[in-house]
Amino acid sequence: MALGAQIILQPINLLFCFLGCLMGTLVGVLPGLGPTAAIALLLPNTFHVPPVTAIIMLAGIYYGAMYGGSTTSILVNIPGEAASVITCLDGYQMARKGRAGPALGIAAFGSFIAGTISIIGLMVVAPPLAKFALAFGPPEYFSLMLLGIIILIYLASGSILKALMMFVFGLLVSTIGMDCISGTQRLTFGILELCDGVGLIPAIMGLFGVAEVIANVEQMIKTDTITTKVTNLLPNLQDWKDSFWPIIRGSFLGFFIGILPGPAPVIASFTSYAIEKKLSKHPEKFGTGVIEGVAGPESANNSATGGAFIPLFTLGIPVNSVIAILLGAFMIHGIQPGPMIITKHPDLFWGTVMSMYLGNIMLLVLNLPLIGIWVQVLRVPYPILFPLILLFCLIGVYSLNYSLVEIGLMIGFGVFGYLARKFQFEMAPLVLAIVIGPMMENNLRLSLVISQGNPLIFITHPLSAIFIFVTLALLLSPLVPWIGKRRQKLQEKVEGEEV
Amino acid sequence: MFLIFAVSFMFAATAGAQEFPRGPINYMNPFNPGGEVDIAARAMQPSLEKNMGVPFVIQYLPGAGGALCWSKLAAAKPDGYTVGGFSIPHIILQPIFMKDVAFKADDFVILSIVEYTPIGLAVKKGFKASTVKEFIEYAKANPGKVSCGGVGKFTGHHFAALQFMKMAGIKLNYVTFTGTAPMQTALMGGHVDAVFSNSTMMVSSKDEIKVLAMGSEQRMNQLADVPTFKELGMEFYPRIARGVMAPKAVPKDVSKRLEKAFLETISKPDFKAKMENAGFVPQVWGIEESRKYLDSETRLLNRLIQDNPDLLSTKN
Repeated sequence: MALGAQIILQPINLLFCFLGCLMGTLVGVLPGLGPTAAIALLLPNTFHVPPVTAIIMLAGIYYGAMYGGSTTSILVNIPGEAASVITCLDGYQMARKGRAGPALGIAAFGSFIAGTISIIGLMVVAPPLAKFALAFGPPEYFSLMLLGIIILIYLASGSILKALMMFVFGLLVSTIGMDCISGTQRLTFGILELCDGVGLIPAIMGLFGVAEVIANVEQMIKTDTITTKVTNLLPNLQDWKDSFWPIIRGSFLGFFIGILPGPAPVIASFTSYAIEKKLSKHPEKFGTGVIEGVAGPESANNSATGGAFIPLFTLGIPVNSVIAILLGAFMIHGIQPGPMIITKHPDLFWGTVMSMYLGNIMLLVLNLPLIGIWVQVLRVPYPILFPLILLFCLIGVYSLNYSLVEIGLMIGFGVFGYLARKFQFEMAPLVLAIVIGPMMENNLRLSLVISQGNPLIFITHPLSAIFIFVTLALLLSPLVPWIGKRRQKLQEKVEGEEV
Repeated sequence: MFLIFAVSFMFAATAGAQEFPRGPINYMNPFNPGGEVDIAARAMQPSLEKNMGVPFVIQYLPGAGGALCWSKLAAAKPDGYTVGGFSIPHIILQPIFMKDVAFKADDFVILSIVEYTPIGLAVKKGFKASTVKEFIEYAKANPGKVSCGGVGKFTGHHFAALQFMKMAGIKLNYVTFTGTAPMQTALMGGHVDAVFSNSTMMVSSKDEIKVLAMGSEQRMNQLADVPTFKELGMEFYPRIARGVMAPKAVPKDVSKRLEKAFLETISKPDFKAKMENAGFVPQVWGIEESRKYLDSETRLLNRLIQDNPDLLSTKN
């Protein structure tokens, strides 16, 4: 630790840590431009500095983006990152009520607390937890995701039927692309761009960004703009009371989910929202602008970034695309990735960990004054703001793969999202299905290939069996009235186990 | 981004008198940042820019296992300003097994092969077989029961598994993973028995798994205690070779200039050391040698496809 402090306090490392955090905040705020693209772009600029400095900056971009991602979700209902989709639900409603400041504030504070908790976790429990990730094979993943979806749909705010419809539609969308086992192309209609499936970013930008613009244009014709009277900039005492436990729960949840491979920050934020809603005394208010709906998910997606470093440092496994680039950066700098990183390059590990402490403080300092500026965005007249939003969505999506097909997809999703919203369908189950669908299918089929077609593999693996059992219990509970009464209790237990 | 543009204009202005190159060279990367093609390209970039005197801009066009990028590269203007990364056997196999692919391996001229990763066979820790011989015996006693992972279908790993099964006279249960990371996790956690995978993965996780043999000609420095298949009496050299190629119609003098730049870059000892340390085998092959390698690999793969006629029936 002393070693780490020594490293991060060198002026060059401080500078690069700050640059990383700043860049991260910026790409987080800009819709479409995510940390993966930013890190890939900046990678060549790190060749001339020592590896630890490079990693400090690249890591800063990663967790910085999670801070910034919530900003546009709250202000204009467009997630800057996939992980901030769920923040739109209550964050944007808070902004409409003139409480954009507290929403942004609690997102920043929650991110700070969660970031700190996950760094402590990274330091203290990294090695034993790496083994935890290894216990998850294809059957365990499948069962866990099955349980996850059942819980989420169960807790949908509006009609369960409509949530299910959106979810199934999302699953259908997620089957587009190359079959993961046989290599057959499904529903690609000869478009090579669809081989890897429908991109998540074009879908999110369309469903939220474009649809929001269309909906507001319509509303503006009918009524005037929303009042942007901003009451206060920082969360008050009551906000803190409401947010404390969601932040703590979100932090721990995000940390554990972060260790598992996959789009952890996205899943962590969705799960956190579902749990907060379930535990809340007023679940019916979720979606109308309650602060817990911002605090929990924003904490969860931030601590998931800390969790994701554990498999990298202890096993040399990249759990997501950002970490994969970091791993590539290790190799370019001549550091052999793998379980020996911590012992062979203690300066790298401790330097990075200590930089994350400092980076978190920098981000808080950076983001709090920005809140005042961000809320000014709401004062920009809509005829100017909306074309700008559309422009950012277009640039963001095009910059991903330089693909016009994805632009078309985004517009298509935009129109669909607008219509779906008119009929009170929720977007969140659709997005979740697009995220989780390919992973679920892949793990289901991998399990069956491994077991040579025997479905009992989901029950003979103990961890998987627990998930399946709880899923069945949840599904069957409404059928038995006396169990139905105890549903509440059961569910709290379920969520405990999931953590 | 703006910086890149500014720098490119600067170079374009100063390099006007010279024949080729006059402007930045676009390098299309068919895979994601951080992948094996990317690592080699990034390691070459600074020295290439010095050599050619123009920026070497890396653009990512991942999708369809590389086919998206290669279809675009095949249709690109053959002026030498657009080149792309590739891997063999992908560029040979995809036109055979994927529909809608708008390229053939013959549409390109390979400028240089810069490195390869031998494919090796590894088993989970505590598996009943700890040598290749034991592995084959065990698989013979339990036909189709040993699960063996690889990344993708109709890929280098898949064909390595097919070739190994044919040579050893065994049947394995091939498990198709979508990427190295999930496969690595599954092997370390003991969810599959064995994998065919690249040397880069073997090097990074050698302490958590048991590597039985590698497909290199000689033992690798990073895996000094792992035998090669050749030592064990098998003429089996599975590998994925990577380098840089351009559309075929590029003028001869331009392709020669590019070849020279790549060969000079990859002959440098620090480039080689970097690649070896990360688990690659550096290779210094120009246009001629690369062509020969492509031809011999194509013949080998065609034989394997003839031996497994059911593969073609799944063409889509």
